[in-house]
Amino acid sequence: MLLSGRRAGIALGGGIVALVFAYLVWGGIGNNLVYFLTPTELLAKGPAAYGASIRLGGIVQPGTVHWDADRHELRFRLADTNDHNVEVVSTGVPPEMFTEGIGAVVEGVWTPDGVFHCHNLMIKHSNEYRPPPPGAKPAEYYRQLFRKQLS
Amino acid sequence: MNALVGHLATLLALLLAGVGAAAAFVGGRRGDARYITGAQRAGIAVFVLVALAFLIMERALITHDFSVSYVAQVGSRETPLFYTVISLWSALEGSILLWALVLSIYTALLVRWSRRRADPTGDAQLPYALGTLLCVNVFFLLLISWPANPFRLMSPVPADGPGPNALLQNSPFMGVHPPLLYTGYVGMSVPFALATGALLAGRLNPDWTKVIRRWTLVPWTFLSLGILAGAWWSYEVLGWGGYWAWDPVENASFMPWLTATAFLHSVMVQERRGMLKTWTITLIVATFLLTVLGTFLTRSGVLASVHAFTQSAIGPFFLTFLGLVLLGSLALLAWRSEALRSEGRFDAALSRETAFMLNNLLFAAFAFVVLLGTMFPLIAEAIRGVRVSVGGPYFSEMSVPIALLLIFLAGVGPALPWRKGSLELLRGKFRWPTMAALGTAVILAAAGVRAPLALLAFALAAFSFGLLAAEFIGPTRVRRRTTGEAGPLALWRVVAGNRRRYGGYIVHAGILVVAVGVTGSATFRREQEWNVGRGAAVQFGRYQIQFDSVWAVSESNRDGVIAATTVSAGGRLLTRLSPRLNYYPTSMEPIGTPAVRESLREDLYLVLLAYAADGSHATIKAIASPLVGWIWLGGGIVALGAVFSLWRGAAARQPRPAPVPGAGERPGAGRARAVTEARA
Repeated sequence: MLLSGRRAGIALGGGIVALVFAYLVWGGIGNNLVYFLTPTELLAKGPAAYGASIRLGGIVQPGTVHWDADRHELRFRLADTNDHNVEVVSTGVPPEMFTEGIGAVVEGVWTPDGVFHCHNLMIKHSNEYRPPPPGAKPAEYYRQLFRKQLS
Repeated sequence: MNALVGHLATLLALLLAGVGAAAAFVGGRRGDARYITGAQRAGIAVFVLVALAFLIMERALITHDFSVSYVAQVGSRETPLFYTVISLWSALEGSILLWALVLSIYTALLVRWSRRRADPTGDAQLPYALGTLLCVNVFFLLLISWPANPFRLMSPVPADGPGPNALLQNSPFMGVHPPLLYTGYVGMSVPFALATGALLAGRLNPDWTKVIRRWTLVPWTFLSLGILAGAWWSYEVLGWGGYWAWDPVENASFMPWLTATAFLHSVMVQERRGMLKTWTITLIVATFLLTVLGTFLTRSGVLASVHAFTQSAIGPFFLTFLGLVLLGSLALLAWRSEALRSEGRFDAALSRETAFMLNNLLFAAFAFVVLLGTMFPLIAEAIRGVRVSVGGPYFSEMSVPIALLLIFLAGVGPALPWRKGSLELLRGKFRWPTMAALGTAVILAAAGVRAPLALLAFALAAFSFGLLAAEFIGPTRVRRRTTGEAGPLALWRVVAGNRRRYGGYIVHAGILVVAVGVTGSATFRREQEWNVGRGAAVQFGRYQIQFDSVWAVSESNRDGVIAATTVSAGGRLLTRLSPRLNYYPTSMEPIGTPAVRESLREDLYLVLLAYAADGSHATIKAIASPLVGWIWLGGGIVALGAVFSLWRGAAARQPRPAPVPGAGERPGAGRARAVTEARA
């Protein structure tokens, strides 16, 4: 059966709409990909990684954390097991659990000056809720601090 | 003891579901009432057994019977009773048990409903539908009997457990959100079963279409409420001031909502004009597949990594089930393509059919956008071996234009007549709504709103709202003139005279209200954070926030640190807000509880981020979200409209006359067409 003119028109129009839509979706995804990398992988990519959205995971290297209270700016180096590390700058108060040696994930962009500008700082934790390690009593510490006010 | 009885109950339910499904198919094929009655009894028995298993699990949780593996996993003697009760759905195994319970309730309801349809052999669709639904039961009962068995016996029996997930314990909303969502999510199995029943029997008559529509509208309403309750939970608990993050878990609940909504519209074209049959059935199948896919994505660990899911016990089960349903449905659709042939055709470009077509294309495109964004990381990892995620901007960029068009259609669709509309008619109908839209845009622009997309969204919402209002006002005027009734009475008579239609319009109005809320809160959100000394105050927009003190409290299951603040505006005291941080023994990180001052105009949202150990300082974050309350209000309107639409008048509730074999309940069109279809 031959397609009538009307049907052919509908099919053609539908095809064009579908193609435009596919192009938009494909472009939309391509422009908004966030790559998960470790410091070693980031450094290996070099300048190719400048400007891309990156989620960088590693350990907050002890002795590198610097908090500028006036500018609300946090600087530290994020390292992985291979001892490669990247300097990270983040604005805003870090999460309550942020401390040296903790696993962290920073989301942002790496710029040619070698600094990773982070707009979202997350403490790495698994989705499963595990009890704290034996002996650790997170609440105890705060309870003692506020004993005066409680009594 | 609990573990043993619970496990036995699920095993027996599994067996009965399997036997019942077989009996239903045999009964449907032979037209034998004995098999069909047996299958119906099996359906009821499955419900009783699963309900028993559910109650046993609740009893084990409440009595802290740590010999049951699931209780040992999520129970704790310290947890308050309420959270112990709802901890049943705080982890994988328990949530599958809740799923099985909801599914068995739907199965029992379907049995009850089909018994009322008098002659069980009269509709061959019915036993096939029951058989299909029992097969779905088999799958979920298989999961809780084996890979996700919550009733394993613990040995040795632990003295205490860790308690449920700390996030779950942090808000009573966890008691509401999962059951609502599951009632919606799982309920989508029923229209799937009904559609499959129709395909197997080779009949898809308008009566049956109406049946499928009603059985979809119920879970659709729960799913809508469940999604909004999840958004509200996220807003009230997670402390980032937002309610939607295009997280895979959220997307998993949103995708079936989109396809189910598309179905609820295309089904009307099918009813009215006998068109779009294959498409309509495809939407129902897709909705069910998306609920299974969503559960697979969120429960198998596949999102953490493509390679993780084979390590989870239930991943391969879900994938097999998904593949079976997909292939089976495609084969069935191809086999029955004759019965699904379109009876009508589009008469004019400017008609309600066209509006429905556009609506369906938009919803399908929306679902595709969300599906691709959710699945892309999996595809990229599987094919290219790179770990990526799709950023939130992708979803926003793609969904905003689709949503704007849908807002427009929400008003235009109902205004267009079936078959053929005329420009003159539209010109008359569009006059006032267009003015309302322009007026809204001008007033908002004069008030300082500069975001063009937001202005467009508000104007379109006003336009559609105007068109919807006209659908209420026009017929009321006519009625007043002809009957002389008072305005409100005439309005009520008009609306009550066609509940299904006006219920739908109320749902549309509710969606418009939600859209206004989403636009306002997404566009005009402001946030700021400060480190404040005790007694000092900061200025945030029109608010003055004073940090009064910080203290600690100790509760049975957690400890908390609370910051007290006083909020005033223009020297007038508005409210006192006390955001807090909670420390749970199961969580190394504190979990915040934000404090929110809610109002329809703007929410003020305070989060305690950190505090000095001596109580001299606290870091507080403030978020102002305009119009966010409209989202919850709109959700209420949507639910109201859906219930109104489902509520039958007294005439419809009267028992139908017993059908004469071979004759339709409604003489003429419906059944006659069904018979020719069956023979075709």
